[in-house]
Amino acid sequence: MAILSKDEAQTLLKKVLSYSTADECEASLRGRTSGNIRYARNSVSTAGSQNSVSLAVESRFGKRSGIATCNEFDETTLRRCVQRAEEIAHLAPESPEYVALLGPQTYLSPPSTATTLLTAITRAQAAADSMTLCAAKNLTAAGFLDGGTSFVAKRNSKGLEAYQQSTNTDFSVTVRTADGRGSGYAIADVTDPAKLNAKALTQRAADKALSSVNAKAIEPGKYTVILEPAALMAGDDLSLLGGMIFGMGAREADEGRSFLSKKGGGNRKGEKLFDERITIYSDPMNAEAPGNAFDGDGLPTKRQTWIEKGVVKDLFYTRFWAEKSKLPATAFPNGFIMAGGTQSTTELIKGTAKGILVTRLWYIREVDPQTLLYTGLTRDGTFYIENGVIKFPIKNLRFNESPIIMLNNIEAIGRPQRLAGCMVPPLKIRDFTFTSLSDAI
Amino acid sequence: MKRRDFVGLTGLAAGALFLPSLPGFGGTLVDPARLLEPGADTTIKKRLADAGLNAAKAAGASYADVRIGRYLNQGVFTREKQVQNIASTESYGVGIRVIANGTWGFASTNNVSEAGIAKAAQLAVQIAKANSKVQKEKVQLAPQKGYGEVSWKAPIQQNAFEVPIKDKVDLLLGVNAKALDLGVSFINSVLFQVNEQKYFASTDGSYIDQDVHRIYPTFSVTAIDRASGKFRSRQALSSPVGMGYEYLMPKAADKVAGPTGSDIIGYKYSYDMLEDVASAAKQVKQKLTAKSVTPGKYDLVLDPHHLGLTIHESVGHPLELDRVLGYEANFAGTSFATLEWKAKNIPYGSKAVNIVADKTQVGTLGAVGYDDEGVKTRRWDLIKEGRLVDYEKIRDQAHVVGQDHSDGCCYSQSWQDVQFQRMPNVSLQPGTAKLSVDELVKGVDKGIYIAGNGSFSIDQQRYNFQFGGQVFYAIEKGKITEMLEDVAYQANTQEFWNSCAAVCDESDYRFFGAFNDGKGQPSQSSAVSHGSSTSRFNGVNVINTARKIG
Repeated sequence: MAILSKDEAQTLLKKVLSYSTADECEASLRGRTSGNIRYARNSVSTAGSQNSVSLAVESRFGKRSGIATCNEFDETTLRRCVQRAEEIAHLAPESPEYVALLGPQTYLSPPSTATTLLTAITRAQAAADSMTLCAAKNLTAAGFLDGGTSFVAKRNSKGLEAYQQSTNTDFSVTVRTADGRGSGYAIADVTDPAKLNAKALTQRAADKALSSVNAKAIEPGKYTVILEPAALMAGDDLSLLGGMIFGMGAREADEGRSFLSKKGGGNRKGEKLFDERITIYSDPMNAEAPGNAFDGDGLPTKRQTWIEKGVVKDLFYTRFWAEKSKLPATAFPNGFIMAGGTQSTTELIKGTAKGILVTRLWYIREVDPQTLLYTGLTRDGTFYIENGVIKFPIKNLRFNESPIIMLNNIEAIGRPQRLAGCMVPPLKIRDFTFTSLSDAI
Repeated sequence: MKRRDFVGLTGLAAGALFLPSLPGFGGTLVDPARLLEPGADTTIKKRLADAGLNAAKAAGASYADVRIGRYLNQGVFTREKQVQNIASTESYGVGIRVIANGTWGFASTNNVSEAGIAKAAQLAVQIAKANSKVQKEKVQLAPQKGYGEVSWKAPIQQNAFEVPIKDKVDLLLGVNAKALDLGVSFINSVLFQVNEQKYFASTDGSYIDQDVHRIYPTFSVTAIDRASGKFRSRQALSSPVGMGYEYLMPKAADKVAGPTGSDIIGYKYSYDMLEDVASAAKQVKQKLTAKSVTPGKYDLVLDPHHLGLTIHESVGHPLELDRVLGYEANFAGTSFATLEWKAKNIPYGSKAVNIVADKTQVGTLGAVGYDDEGVKTRRWDLIKEGRLVDYEKIRDQAHVVGQDHSDGCCYSQSWQDVQFQRMPNVSLQPGTAKLSVDELVKGVDKGIYIAGNGSFSIDQQRYNFQFGGQVFYAIEKGKITEMLEDVAYQANTQEFWNSCAAVCDESDYRFFGAFNDGKGQPSQSSAVSHGSSTSRFNGVNVINTARKIG
């Protein structure tokens, strides 16, 4: 019963709320059914599946709150869960950051449910296709395929009712040459698994692996770079764009400890911090990368612009900070869309006299939160471009760069592609700072 | 939970439980009193485990192991004058791993009954058989004798879950009050506590019951200069440890002073949180006006709380045999320290570099009696006088390097995740000649002393790394002269360890801990300690990290 329908979920939540004696009560259900397969050295290493549903009950008495959870749904367990949340609430201190629960809300309906899903057999087949292709070329594949369906439902004593179901499938593959001198990478995530082509992605990674053999060393320094989407956004680690966008919290900025803090106090909302071609927004209704209809508090998401023509248009305001600031709260989105042009990465390369093509960046860490200086390294396919063509593979490089500076040094913006639930264009950037060479392949 | 746990908080303007989830904490939210209730008796666990083992064998498994795990966590989170969250969680279930047709299969269930476990065992065998169709090489396990019914318990003095929540909140809010009194702008302080109650049984004939404890107190203070808009932070110099609440009862004998003029205090087997926050408050304000470093080559003097992370990234990870063999190629990466590289006997470091792996050191995060595939833990050499002599491996890898035993470093973060090879405690051995930190600094003409770990990044084969720190001091002509800022160093692993000129003696030896080391897809977390004494590295490239934005 990992995936409950809207009616099933709301019926269960209604029952939970009926047990409440608290001033306010909110119940949330989350469930996911998914499966994964992992392979390396052209052989399956692990495979697993997950089926889970859990209920969280938050009970409030005045400004005191308690939360309890359970993953069984018989009447006795449900009653005990509500009772425990109420016991905890009675014992808890009053919260100075109390905000009343939301009342009824109107939500958008993001287009996010696929009709068919991968099964253990189709996952194994996709992995086998990927491994067979590589084995035939004396290459080694290591990949991970993970996909499933999730739902989240909320209901509270103030009349809020929310439900959303979504599907997603993620695939990534690293292909290495048998002698370990070349390595290539490809990644994709889709709402509808029918759109996933593991074989084509493996082919792309294989091509990069083969063409990255015999990499030459170049001097570190400032270079024009073309950063592919996988070099800008990652779902499983800090990334140049993800780190910056999801770090746009109003509270940290107003408190004076963010790259968006203003000298003397306040934040930099309304200031032009980036090149005028930079526009970043979120839109749960985007057909290719649909978002959540509501955030963890039940706030409805909508199309919301964070950066417009280089100007900081809005920051994330939690409900508490919004009330304190006398501004509207902003639902926290689960993805973003960076507006782009029409050029593909290949076309960006064609228009480049001298530069570096970066497939993927790795182990990105914040060096200075004040300037958002990040460090990290190129990986799995780094090439030198001359007169519009890829001339030769180059050794990997470490960068020290701030996305704030990077987004002021824009040469061109390509066509956005879906990555990690976001829409990210390849970017051509001048004066990107590489500080040392790496021997890693 | 008893009312007295919360009584007294109200007057401190403490906040309530408005953060719904805890990072990295699985399980369901429970009453803290539940954390002290005993788990199932070993007689019951043996019967349940046998149900799984028998079902796996009946379904065609040639090998099976069953892990019945009860994982308990508690986190207390505060900022300034308020409690942000207090959460206690419990996760209980069973993971079953089998070999069928020479291939691994794994399944897990939270239905901890004979029938539930048997069903999961059958599913694990089905998965193994399905995957065997695309398997190239059959799994080969290093032989392992059954130990019969045995147990291991971390030698803690006080179970942290027995300490009333009020005492923990009082400690953290006291730490925050001290920092605010000393003029910092913000402070966050946190106390994590973990108890893993693990039962392992295998078809080799082992039935192993273990009780593992971890604790991690930490904080971050921030100072802001409103006029210039500049802000700086300083993190705690505590380490997560494999101990009970006794870690928070400071003893003078566990305090180690940094070099004269540095104002740094390091901690061994107990931690003085109030003392450290007072140092942090002073240092974070100094950081606002400290001199920005001039980039160039410096001799680095690295304290153990800093060096531990460098050891973790540049020795611990590259010597994980699964990385070396390519199993982590798609995410965590591979390793420069290939089997061919080792065969060539290329020096990993200077003669001063002796690095051991050890999962038996008392009080460390990696210490257990047996690993998660029933192998008794041990200590072994990784690097001897600068030469790589061995890797970190588990049962299905030993044959690849011509060995007939596992090193006992198999671990899973929970019952519901499959166990795989994880890093043991990896530590730099102290120098054998008597050498204090002051004596070490005395010999440095132009250098930087670095305490605490900051930003860290390393490539996917573990050659090129960049590390920051918490506090930096200039060394000129053998003396600490002033605080520096904007410091990070970049090096190549082999060059760095070959530049190791001296390691202080045992009196300076202490552990750094990595509480949430991530690896695998889906990613799993593991905790590990790294011991070292303050060490000197000559001629390392230091960069200046200051930038200007709009």
